[in-house]
Amino acid sequence: MIDAAPYAAVAPTGGLRPNAFLDALPRGRLVENVMHFVRILRAAGLPVGPAKVLDALAAVEAIGVSHRDDFRAALAAVLVSRREHQPVFEQAFALFWRNPRLLERMLAALLPKVEGRARAPDELPARLAQAMLPPAPGIRETGDEETDLDAAFSFSAREVLQHKDFASMTSDELAQAKALLRAMKLPLPRVRVRRTVAAPRGHAIDLRATLRRSIGAGGALTPLRFRTRRRRPPPLCVLCDISGSMDRYARMLLHFLHAVTNDRHRVHVLTFGTRLTNITRHLRHRDVDVALSRVAEAVEDWAGGTRIGRCLHEFNFRWSRRLLGQNAVVLLISDGLDADAGDGLAFEAERLAKSCARLVWLNPLLRYAGFEARPAGIRAILPHVDDFLPAHNLETLTDLAHALSRPPARDPAPALGA
Amino acid sequence: MIDVDDERGLAHPPATVDATLDLLGRHDYVADRKLATAVFLALKLSRPLFLEGEAGVGKTEIANVLAAGLSRPLVRLQCYEGLDTAAAVYEWNYPRQMIEIRLAEAAGNVERGELAHDIFTTRFLLRRPLLQALSPDDGAPPVLLIDELDRADEPFEAYLLEVLSDYQVTIPELGTIRAATPPVVVITSNRTREIHDAIKRRCLYHWVDYPDAARELAIVRRKCPAVPESLAREIVAFTQRLRALDLFKSPGVAETLDWAEALVALDRITLDPQTVADTLGALLKYQDDVGAITPEVAAKLVREAQSA
Repeated sequence: MIDAAPYAAVAPTGGLRPNAFLDALPRGRLVENVMHFVRILRAAGLPVGPAKVLDALAAVEAIGVSHRDDFRAALAAVLVSRREHQPVFEQAFALFWRNPRLLERMLAALLPKVEGRARAPDELPARLAQAMLPPAPGIRETGDEETDLDAAFSFSAREVLQHKDFASMTSDELAQAKALLRAMKLPLPRVRVRRTVAAPRGHAIDLRATLRRSIGAGGALTPLRFRTRRRRPPPLCVLCDISGSMDRYARMLLHFLHAVTNDRHRVHVLTFGTRLTNITRHLRHRDVDVALSRVAEAVEDWAGGTRIGRCLHEFNFRWSRRLLGQNAVVLLISDGLDADAGDGLAFEAERLAKSCARLVWLNPLLRYAGFEARPAGIRAILPHVDDFLPAHNLETLTDLAHALSRPPARDPAPALGA
Repeated sequence: MIDVDDERGLAHPPATVDATLDLLGRHDYVADRKLATAVFLALKLSRPLFLEGEAGVGKTEIANVLAAGLSRPLVRLQCYEGLDTAAAVYEWNYPRQMIEIRLAEAAGNVERGELAHDIFTTRFLLRRPLLQALSPDDGAPPVLLIDELDRADEPFEAYLLEVLSDYQVTIPELGTIRAATPPVVVITSNRTREIHDAIKRRCLYHWVDYPDAARELAIVRRKCPAVPESLAREIVAFTQRLRALDLFKSPGVAETLDWAEALVALDRITLDPQTVADTLGALLKYQDDVGAITPEVAAKLVREAQSA
């Protein structure tokens, strides 16, 4: 028997048999509750479309509401389509179908200043909590398209600096981040690879296709078929600075990097501050919350100092030969403020530039109109990059897409490490 | 000494790890026990052996030695970007097919369905390495070496999945060809990129490391018998120290052997800093690394190597 749940608030069930309970239930309210539940899951990030409501209702009807576990399993079977989403579903289910007053209590828990003794539910992802709340009037209106990254960080600075807990990112921010990411698709110019594909105006004769056609025509001469070399996006390697000075941007850009990593093959992401960490595997998790919390676990030098030269050295030695084959593009995200004052940095930057087909530097410091390449670190790297671009708000990130879709400034000479 | 299967003239795979070590040793391959265990398991379980490691540590050689040791033919597939089925698995012999069509025309009995049927038979099939390995001419399952898989692209990797899990390939015109007896498969990678987990999952994995001093000395003795014993010791001590330095590309065993032969060719019987400076190109292949070994560093390393 499902204990309480929204039904309890709906129908005084008395001594009815469980299935009779379902029949006796005012159908509108069950439908409404399931719909509401699906909406909450959707708001929490699960890909459940409106069609799922009907499926869920059919499932509930088939299984009945006599056993809580069956009921949950039935909903899960319909509404969860990826393993990563199971935990979110479980939490949402536990919250939604237990106690109708829970929402109110949660509301209270989210406002610790008002109600001092209420403990915030730490284990609950903030975005799920927010998904259960009605949208507060006025909030959406302020978060419009012109919001830049600075304004997007609406949560308290204390939390960012002390905990680095990505689970505390709220739905609103996540939605903004997603809008940002959609604008930040990386349309790198496709490069020709050695694999071929059938093409009417190709340069090589496709003997196999020609002969097949010829046999179809009884051995007669037929027009030749052709093939040409395929094009595909080059491998991408991202080096993201996560030191103290870059903290606010790195946090946002990790969402972008998550999207890019899961968008296509051959993307590798490494973070660096005082040390180099390869976070590609952590980012591969489909669920952005899980992926970023794994990143937070893996990266040990969050918001610390920067030793760009040493980290680039390590990259050149350990990783460049593994990640920079086949005309890779390197995206260096850093403000170039180096604790070692650029010591040995120029050499490593040059080596990095020579190992890849294109070195793109995204520097949030470029947002200042009067930016001058004064710090030693910046002066050391700058001569070796192919593109030097800002990255601090929506507009510049959109420009980034345009800039990258242009062919690189230099000749795409064969890479050193390839 | 070699245990021979009478019926097909094939050597039995070794029955123990020690026998595997022995088999490799008989063909001048000085393996460590971990590698021998991996080889033994690969043979015993009929699973592909995935060898990863720096260039020049003897990954490819394993396949050569296994082929010789098990007296099986070696089928080698060198991977490169864009490697496709036409180069790796099979291709139709188009010129012969065209001649066949013309002949059929000349004879005046061109019937479409029959023509297609006649044209796409094994007679017109050019068998490339993978197909050769799965359906060998003489029926003896060969040793299949898929060399430097990291150089191939992901589509080829995906294609390999079918080959490695079921030992079969599918030719649309002919159907599925399955190996009667699976070949011994050795895959090597220099790790210029990560190979997909799906491939690795089907294989036994072994990271081939640089050998320790004792094993490297044994290798030099075995492979370059012309090198005097004292010089061999110095060479090994020197390269071992070189690998401890922060180099872009540490010398592999192959480089050690090259260097040993170079020193013999120069009639050297002992190391000295000048000789090292002159022959460093046999060991180090990056200018940065050569530059890092200054005369002082070379002299220090030589001193250490000689006092070791």
